[in-house]
Amino acid sequence: MRVVKHPILGDDRRKRDAAIIVDGNRVDAITGEPIAAALMAAGIRKFRVTPRFGSPRGLFCGIGRCIDCVMTVDGQPNVRTCVTPVKDGMIVETQTGLGKWADEP
Amino acid sequence: MGGRTVKTTQVAVIGAGPAGLAAAIEVARAGGSVTVIDENAKPGGQLFKQIHKFFGSREHRAGVRGFHIGEQLLVETRELNVEVLLDSPVYALFPDKTVGYIHDGKEVCLKAEKIIIAAGAAENALAFPGSTLPGVMGAGAAQTMINVHRVLPGKRILMIGSGNVGLIVSYQLMQAGADVAALIEAAPQIGGYGVHAAKILRAGVPIHLSHTVKRAMGKDQVESVEMMELDARWQPVAGSEKILAVDTVCIAVGLTPLTELAWLMGCEFAFVPGLGGHVPKHDLNMETTVPGVFVAGDISGVEEASTAMEEGRLAGTACAEGLGLLERERARDLKTVIWERMNALRTGPFGDGRRKAKDHLVGLPVGGYE
Ligand SMILES: Cc1cc2nc3c(=O)[nH]c(=O)nc-3n(C[C@H](O)[C@H](O)[C@H](O)COP(=O)(O)OP(=O)(O)OC[C@H]3O[C@@H](n4cnc5c(N)ncnc54)[C@H](O)[C@@H]3O)c2cc1C
Ligand code: FES
Repeated sequence: MRVVKHPILGDDRRKRDAAIIVDGNRVDAITGEPIAAALMAAGIRKFRVTPRFGSPRGLFCGIGRCIDCVMTVDGQPNVRTCVTPVKDGMIVETQTGLGKWADEP
Repeated sequence: MGGRTVKTTQVAVIGAGPAGLAAAIEVARAGGSVTVIDENAKPGGQLFKQIHKFFGSREHRAGVRGFHIGEQLLVETRELNVEVLLDSPVYALFPDKTVGYIHDGKEVCLKAEKIIIAAGAAENALAFPGSTLPGVMGAGAAQTMINVHRVLPGKRILMIGSGNVGLIVSYQLMQAGADVAALIEAAPQIGGYGVHAAKILRAGVPIHLSHTVKRAMGKDQVESVEMMELDARWQPVAGSEKILAVDTVCIAVGLTPLTELAWLMGCEFAFVPGLGGHVPKHDLNMETTVPGVFVAGDISGVEEASTAMEEGRLAGTACAEGLGLLERERARDLKTVIWERMNALRTGPFGDGRRKAKDHLVGLPVGGYE
């Protein structure tokens, strides 16, 4: 959910000028915001599953330190979504384990 | 270092938070060339998520909100033509004071005469069953989401920890439209300022002292949390477990200085619990045991944005003095004013402890690991 009205920061007037494809579904986003912000705004909180136990992980530190939030972005695995800005048309996938490069068998 | 770009500067500052920016401003004001390097896309460090009013005296811009102080710092850096390199993580420091960083996928070397490390701190984690579930996050992460990116991390929140970060972020989550179900604190008393605690109590958020989290439950994300009471010996009180329906758990259990770069540089360290753990030893000028390498802000002990800025100013002034840009007398006058302001910040029930910890750190002998 987006924080549109705010008593101190005022109204958020940014336009949702971009769309990213998340596991095949279109998610509206704002160019330049972190991918994780666009996902959380759309209610998506599970970003990847761990290699051995398949347990879910999501945003933890929000500032690029913990690597809990990594996903496969445009075919590249292990991208920190909390510090990677949205570009229109990005393809974002829930990552399984360590992920695979797009050109890996 | 074949293939890498090599640039030069007089002072390299690592970190564009309040400490690093304030340091750079002082160097530039004295006429030195200075380059600030930060891995983020925007300068300001943690300042832009601090939308509350600051404490302290008027010189400390008390009553001014953190993000406005950040904007002012940015105006000054622009006016003084300070070079601020963004999207540039620093990955190495070499003994000849060359800084290695990556920009746009390329390695760059910046050769400096003095280095100021102002890398800040990271939030501590807390391990409990279910703590890896999506929806469990640092309080700072939640603060970043609501105040910088304007997205709510969840609808109904349990906050763990009653220090200032826990108290302030609880209030800010409510300002952003979330419901804070409760705040729990393992200690028998509130850790942060009474004013901040009073604000969230007035807003109807219960603060449970001597309580901790037993586990977080949920399949793909947090659906509920079990909390329990602790006795005087910090042991669980049998039968005190309670289930709380929340979708988000925020952890605010302290910060640890981000000291890797100071370790790399060979700085001597001391373990000072009151400053957040292992911190580089430094003198009154913020110079470490490695000549020409300075620290400022949270890396030299976790405090507040206002003290971080003063430490930055001190390091910047001392660098300018060391480079011969400021005469000794003039530098001493400038530094005396900063020391006085800093001591004024380190007073009161919370400041006193930090001042003692800092005095201890500054007084440690050079030579060996403490
Ligand atoms: C999440 C969080 C919330 C906080 N909230 C409050 C609050 O509400 N009120 C308050 O008074 N204090 C708060 N603090 C304390 C806060 O740390 C200080 O207020 C102040 O921001 C410290 O300033 P600094 O310049 O030392 O560090 P920071 O503001 O953290 O700045 C350090 C900068 O260095 C950069 N950096 C670190 N390592 C590298 C590297 N290797 N390469 C390139 N760049 C690097 C970081 O990206 C960052 O931008 C908070 C701290 C955190 C972590
Ligand atoms: S949430 Fe920690 S790196 Fe992204």
